[in-house]
Amino acid sequence: MKRARILHNGQETDVTVNDDHQAVLADGTVLNESDVHWLPPCDGKIFVLGLNYADHASELAFSAPEEPLVFLKGPNTLIGHNQKTYRPDNVDYMHYEAELVAIIGKTAKNVSREDAMDYIGGYTVGNDYAIRDYLENYYRPNLRVKSRDTCTPVGPFIIDAEDVGDPSNLELKAYINGELKQHGNTKDMIFDIPFLVEYLSAIMTLQPGDMIFTGTPEGLADVKPGDEVVIEVEKVGRLANTIITEDEYVASLNA
Amino acid sequence: MRHSRILKAGVACDQTEEHRNTLIADQDTQWLPATTGTVLGIALNHADLREQMAEAFNEKPHVNPPKTPVLHIKTDNTHIGNGAAIPAPADGEAIYAGPSLGIVIGQQATRVSAAEALDYVKGYTVVNEVSLAENSFYRPAVKAKCRDGFCPIGPWVVDAADVKEPGALQIATYVNGEMQHCTTTAKLHYGIAEIVEYVSSFITLQPGDLLIAGTPQRTEKLALKAGDTVAIEIEQIGRLENPVVAEQEIAQ
Repeated sequence: MKRARILHNGQETDVTVNDDHQAVLADGTVLNESDVHWLPPCDGKIFVLGLNYADHASELAFSAPEEPLVFLKGPNTLIGHNQKTYRPDNVDYMHYEAELVAIIGKTAKNVSREDAMDYIGGYTVGNDYAIRDYLENYYRPNLRVKSRDTCTPVGPFIIDAEDVGDPSNLELKAYINGELKQHGNTKDMIFDIPFLVEYLSAIMTLQPGDMIFTGTPEGLADVKPGDEVVIEVEKVGRLANTIITEDEYVASLNA
Repeated sequence: MRHSRILKAGVACDQTEEHRNTLIADQDTQWLPATTGTVLGIALNHADLREQMAEAFNEKPHVNPPKTPVLHIKTDNTHIGNGAAIPAPADGEAIYAGPSLGIVIGQQATRVSAAEALDYVKGYTVVNEVSLAENSFYRPAVKAKCRDGFCPIGPWVVDAADVKEPGALQIATYVNGEMQHCTTTAKLHYGIAEIVEYVSSFITLQPGDLLIAGTPQRTEKLALKAGDTVAIEIEQIGRLENPVVAEQEIAQ
């Protein structure tokens, strides 16, 4: 089962998604993918892994971490499928990050690696944009790099964990304007999903809807206003969004 | 006026009353966190702490002093109300109080200038931004700052109109009734208006969002252990008091 949230007649509405990527309302009404205003499919805490693929860590000139590098994003960052993220004016390097996102399915505290997969309700696709210009060596990567409005497309839907099966051998791809730029596989994760559930649930209580963005492989590139960025995760989904200017974003807020 | 959220017979209720300095404790009610939105903290924002860190700022891994306010997120599992228990780690690891003024947003704020920032502030509350020892400011402090119950907020939000000179308020921390620490919001490196300006330059703030203005260095004076009661009192705002209980003794 694939579940999503859309804006329908001005209302946040829960839908299912069929095999043709159409949204199906509770009353059976079917809406084509391109006619739908897709919202983020959930709204819990947002955990993101940094440097969780060995090749990406070396790309950034870091050795692989001994402990997960986890950071948080705020809810202001989330946008749904086919929505717009802005590039700040006067920055040199804004890049996407293709990620598999694991969604917590039930309350989890002190869960062992062995039991961890019972607590994953489903998966979705995430794009963890970063503005490298803003990096500083305090709580790195800092919020200005990673927690800007609209900088986290997620969706289009959550697919049930049982429909994906083993999440540790899935192809990840990122395309800019149709050109393949990033290509990796979740088998190269340093800290896998069971480890991350054990690690995080030892620190705090996780709730249904909490999201774990599991990190990105190598293959980063700069994106500019007008670019369409598509992230694909095998068996999970395809997430598109478009880059706009900061002026366009601010104008959209006041519209 | 002041605004609180309480649990009455299992139902969360909003309560507004005249702001008085006495805390009216009703045995049948339980305080909830005074705010419901996103909670962002400003680290390294206390003048004395920055002075103590001055040398370290220029050394690895920092290399340079921070150019901008250093933000962190206190996740929703950390938020608790006045009187609720702060869970101390089962392994006995030390925890520290983090006395701070809380700035509560009143209307949606995007790209607000410092000159107009205070128009977006609904009011102020008391925050105890509890943390494990802060041994490093290099990586995000999820482990140190996001444990369950590590962010008491309240008891209430006092309207900005009822607070004179929020940039010069005394903040006292009591452990087991004894004053252990005293500071003032005049020690904030970035003041209230600058904080709102900076955060809103890339994060759209929503009504009910809370900014933790800044905590002092966590010395042994602020250390807490199971069995303690910690209270933070900010003049004109209120007193936020919480027991510290070993996490294994807190009913799930």
